[in-house]
Amino acid sequence: MSSLSVDHLLGIRNLSVDDIERIFQTAQSFKEVINRPIKKVPSLRDITLANVFFENSTRTRLSFELAAKRLSADVINFTASNSSVKKGETLIDTVNNIIAMKVDMVVLRHASPGAASFLSKHTKAKIINAGDGTHEHPTQALLDAFSLREKLGELNGKRIAIIGDILHSRVALSNIYCLQKLGAEVLVCGPSSLIPKGIDSLGVKVSHDLTETLLWCDAANFLRIQLERQDSPFFPSLRDYALQFGLTSEIMESLNKSIIVMHPGPINRGVEISSSVADSSDSIILDQVENGVAIRMAVIYLLAAQIER
Amino acid sequence: MEKQVILDPQQFDLTVTRLCHELLEQHADFSNSVLIGLQPRGIHLVSRMLDKLQEILPTPPICGNLDITFHRDDFRRREIPLIPSVTNIDFSIENKKVILVDDVLYTGRTIRSGLDALLTFGRPIQVQLLVLIDRRFKRDLPIQADYIGKSVDTLNHERVKVSWKNIDGEDRVELYIKQTHE
Repeated sequence: MSSLSVDHLLGIRNLSVDDIERIFQTAQSFKEVINRPIKKVPSLRDITLANVFFENSTRTRLSFELAAKRLSADVINFTASNSSVKKGETLIDTVNNIIAMKVDMVVLRHASPGAASFLSKHTKAKIINAGDGTHEHPTQALLDAFSLREKLGELNGKRIAIIGDILHSRVALSNIYCLQKLGAEVLVCGPSSLIPKGIDSLGVKVSHDLTETLLWCDAANFLRIQLERQDSPFFPSLRDYALQFGLTSEIMESLNKSIIVMHPGPINRGVEISSSVADSSDSIILDQVENGVAIRMAVIYLLAAQIER
Repeated sequence: MEKQVILDPQQFDLTVTRLCHELLEQHADFSNSVLIGLQPRGIHLVSRMLDKLQEILPTPPICGNLDITFHRDDFRRREIPLIPSVTNIDFSIENKKVILVDDVLYTGRTIRSGLDALLTFGRPIQVQLLVLIDRRFKRDLPIQADYIGKSVDTLNHERVKVSWKNIDGEDRVELYIKQTHE
């Protein structure tokens, strides 16, 4: 059976539906592996992977590190804060120096949209985009769709809402591409200041009303308010945002139907969703985290299969 | 391509029945033994033996499926299936006697990977190997079966094909001999 149609994982936009299915199928097997007493397989003993993170991250970096280790690959971690980047080294130089140490794959997070794509053209290693600015975060979208499918079955015709800071979110864009490729209907909801102009050209519905959105959807993905990317205020106050767009158990009860609640983390408890909802049985937030390791194992494994010996 | 029948449907049934009785001699009521079929083809032999053992034993033996894709020693060396089959071992093998089951034993590399994969589920007290067909003298590794349906002498370019009634329409083992061009 063949591998992926792409040489690097730069975004969901350039993946085919077959690629997504292949990643899901492989991730399903890895999910079984990581629930074994010994959660490790020897497939990638000869592969070295570098986590190169120019932006902060806990979940994604740990998830990639665990995924690589459970495939028996070696992992090195690089964070920009304590590196030669501070001394003026360029992105290409930094990464090529890492690759010169015989590194086969690079997981890159960078504040500039297109950084992963740029790097893939100037280096020999396999590149996995772990978030490039406000552009894409493909593994997050894959694990979200994979988690949804576990709960809802096939996503064809299902209605998925993405709620919150769409403007600054790479998760939103990757999710829209991924869900649409799998046949789902997507709606984005948030204050008009946080919905990018012209987003309807992607074929998504737009709403500014939380209750209306929740009544429409089968599952709702709440995105974090990215205060670090907001140089000027996009809404009066966090409290005001929480009152209009925050999900509480009272709202959930008023719907008279059950919906699946998701959040890519980190949660601002009491802003995007209240603690009672985040910890309820409707929430699949921790399933998302577990599936994240399996999805990243699948992506690393399938890309590594293309590396020549 | 010329073919030669190794086991016809009647011999096939007799052979599987004999293998079951050999197992019963050593494992009695299977209270501490489990059968694990190697994906993709060993699982059919397990389910066939389970049918027969159920008729004899008061409680059927515990069975599982094991996929070895991630434990193969030829990843990235040749075109191999990347996508694995299902592993289904929802019981502990700790201190159990495990019988690994496969249809054909050839180079022994699959079994080597199978042993490796098996040990990630715990530490069995003993592991035995049962195969329907043993292509003897063809081993790359020092691995031998404890229970053998039938041993055959083959050449490297020949192929042994095991067919199953529930999948391929008939129980049968055949040897395919490629014509050599002079």
